[in-house]
Amino acid sequence: MNLAMETKEFYFTYAGAEAPTLKGIDMPIYANKVTALIGPSGCGKSTLLRSWNRIHDVYPGNRYEGEILLYDKEGNEENILSYSKEDELIRLRQRVGMIFQKPTPFPMSIYDNIAYGLRLAGIKNRSELDGRVEKALKGAAIWNEVKDRLKQSAMGLSGGQQQRLCIARAVALKPELLLFDEPTSALDPISTGAIEELVTELKEEVTIAIVTHNMQQASRVSDYTAFMYLGDLIEFGKTEKIFVNPKEKLTEEYITGRFG
Amino acid sequence: MNATQRRRLLLNRAILILSTVAAVIGLVFLFWILTTLLIKGLDSIHWRIFTHDLVEKGLRNLIVGQMILAGVASLIGVPLGLLAGIYLREYGLNSAFARFIRNLSDVMMSAPSIVIGVFIYGILVAPVGGFNGWAGSVALAIMMIPIVVSTTDSMLSLVPQELREAGIALGASKAQVILTIVLKAAKIGLVTGILLAFARVVGETAPLLFTSANNDYFTLNMNQQFPSLTVSIYQLATFPDKPSQDLAWAGSVILTALVLLINLTTRYIFRKRKSK
Amino acid sequence: MFNRLFRLSSYTAALLVLVILAGIFGVLYYYARDAIHDFGFWHFITTSTWEVGEDDEGGVFGGLIPILGTLFSTGIAMLFAVPIAMGIAVFLTEIATEKLKAPVGIAIELLAAIPSIIYGMWGLFYFGPMLQRLFGGQSNSLLTAGLVLGIMVIPFMAAISRDAINTTPAVLKESAYAMGATRFEVVKDVIFPYAKRGIIGSMVLSLGRALGETMAVAFVIGGVFRFPHSLTQPTISIPVLLANNFAEAGDLELSAMFYMALILFGISFITITIAKFFFLKDQK
Ligand SMILES: Nc1ncnc2c1ncn2[C@@H]1O[C@H](COP(=O)(O)OP(=O)(O)OP(=O)(O)O)[C@@H](O)[C@H]1O
Ligand SMILES: [Mg+2]
Repeated sequence: MNLAMETKEFYFTYAGAEAPTLKGIDMPIYANKVTALIGPSGCGKSTLLRSWNRIHDVYPGNRYEGEILLYDKEGNEENILSYSKEDELIRLRQRVGMIFQKPTPFPMSIYDNIAYGLRLAGIKNRSELDGRVEKALKGAAIWNEVKDRLKQSAMGLSGGQQQRLCIARAVALKPELLLFDEPTSALDPISTGAIEELVTELKEEVTIAIVTHNMQQASRVSDYTAFMYLGDLIEFGKTEKIFVNPKEKLTEEYITGRFG
Repeated sequence: MNATQRRRLLLNRAILILSTVAAVIGLVFLFWILTTLLIKGLDSIHWRIFTHDLVEKGLRNLIVGQMILAGVASLIGVPLGLLAGIYLREYGLNSAFARFIRNLSDVMMSAPSIVIGVFIYGILVAPVGGFNGWAGSVALAIMMIPIVVSTTDSMLSLVPQELREAGIALGASKAQVILTIVLKAAKIGLVTGILLAFARVVGETAPLLFTSANNDYFTLNMNQQFPSLTVSIYQLATFPDKPSQDLAWAGSVILTALVLLINLTTRYIFRKRKSK
Repeated sequence: MFNRLFRLSSYTAALLVLVILAGIFGVLYYYARDAIHDFGFWHFITTSTWEVGEDDEGGVFGGLIPILGTLFSTGIAMLFAVPIAMGIAVFLTEIATEKLKAPVGIAIELLAAIPSIIYGMWGLFYFGPMLQRLFGGQSNSLLTAGLVLGIMVIPFMAAISRDAINTTPAVLKESAYAMGATRFEVVKDVIFPYAKRGIIGSMVLSLGRALGETMAVAFVIGGVFRFPHSLTQPTISIPVLLANNFAEAGDLELSAMFYMALILFGISFITITIAKFFFLKDQK
């Protein structure tokens, strides 16, 4: 099985904080699989996820220690924590996309939302843009709903549609890894179902890591699950294994809803 | 790294540097103004300024006069502004009339202050035949009204609707709810709004030039020309002799200190409420 | 009973805003009617003479020079202030460290509160002479007036723009960063479009302030009735004309002064109304 990313002895400390929020995380992310991150509120799931594309660097003073290796298709690895130049970070974020809890359409048209990242990446050719936008919208299962209103503002879409638009926007850049931070917690059950289906389809193309508070969701969509608690990774393994027969008592207690 | 990428990074770097430079330029000017004030002020402020009137090269009557002008303006402008703001938020809400008045109030806020002076000259100076303190205060009051309307409007909009409903549910009339519940809930916001409006008009010169004009002597009689610190600064600064110019600087420093003090107090009150 | 009375008085107060505005137009027009009758509109605004007749009676009055002085000084002010104020706003929100943000931000807000006469004094004694050393010409000039006006509105514009920019949700910015955008691209493509209304609003309000400003300009524009053939020549603006000459004006001249005030009020009224209509439409 191929690795997409590997986190080794990873510590993360927020700016101004005394103690690290993540304390020595070791875990793999396998290529073309869905990895779920679960754990009680405040345990550091988002913090870990946001380290994987170094979005933390938008704010000054945060500190990383350890290694996060990103593998390309040929199996070559790079430690993303060694990046220091802006262009390296930009390249990283084009390779590792991110979807947030609330939909974040930009204040521009549907078309321009998708084309935005492509234009940043230097694609100017009109027909190529059109093609990639259409492909991305189809890939995010929203093409049929928006194809007649591509020039309208993205703000007019429903919450679920906006979230799929944001997924399309990320997919358009052909990332290798997509990070989802509770992508459905602000959505109704039907939109949630659509996103879950989409995640399952997308893993043909990209590797996915998803933070969720919803145990059913984790067991439905993920192949691997990582359970975190107070900044530690307590247990990592195949999802069936974690849910049916966890090694750690803490994991079992959390999954069966005895705390969290 | 390809060419597009390089251009993007370069542009990014260039713009970030430019905005930092812009910020530095702006701050340099502002810093220059403040240090000038401070140096000039320390140089020219003496105790005797506070104990003598303009006729004896002091500022006492002017400081008192300016405060009275702005104080009387507040007595006129604040209640009117509060009432109008209450109407807009509590009765008018989004009715066409309320929206119209809101827009007009914004326009009025941007009206040139000298035009307001000319207007008041037309109704309160020319007909009575001479400059007088009342005219100056009314001119300042007209400047205060839209400021108070706007802060009242927005502060009342922050009061949760449930509070009003709870009051009505207890059998209070709408006026009682407004006066005893809504205004109380918005009290601190309203007070800061009023203080800021006061700070804004106390430093005004243009609306006073031909309404209350100026007076070299101490007076509390608003039926005659009234002493004004700002108008005096305007006159003194253009005199060629150094003592006059020094007096103008002393007045400027006192005025600025007063305005900044009110602003800092307001900020402190507001901060304290937030932390509660 | 009290209930009705209270409602009525608050309604009256709201109505007063309309009454005052209409009153300003009405009173200015009433006093200006002699000048309007004698000079008309088009003729008045295209005439550049301002001469009192023999024995202080009658005369020829035209508003061209103060109108141009007002428009040019405001134009220079905006050209100077907009880039710098935007730079400060972006610096305060996206570039400065947390430690810098608060003190610099407060300094900007306090500077926005300083009375305009202080800016005028500083221009008269320090900034004007410096410009003269740099560019020649006169110390009190159109250029000095425009730049002092610009410096006066910078903190105001920067503070409002900063507040508008700060309303941009962090996740929105992060999602642009997450697609590989640079800081400048996030500012240009996400923050400015999102905060557009507040930013344009800050510019419009500053424009209004600059148009009607008297004291910051009165000290430094020179106050002479002359068309400036270069930026470093003195001229006059409408507020300064009023501030300097209103109190001593004779009958027809006074009427012409009211006419000037009416025109200034008209310019400011139209600017703000148009801006509100186009840019700030559904703002509450
Ligand atoms: N910007 C920040 N600065 C300092 N501490 C932070 C910051 N953001 C989060 N934290 C702290 O880091 C810890 C982990 O937060 P994180 O957001 O990663 O938790 P989470 O597992 O995603 O929780 P949730 O399920 O509620 O989203 C928390 O204790 C939180 O208070
Ligand atoms: Mg989280």
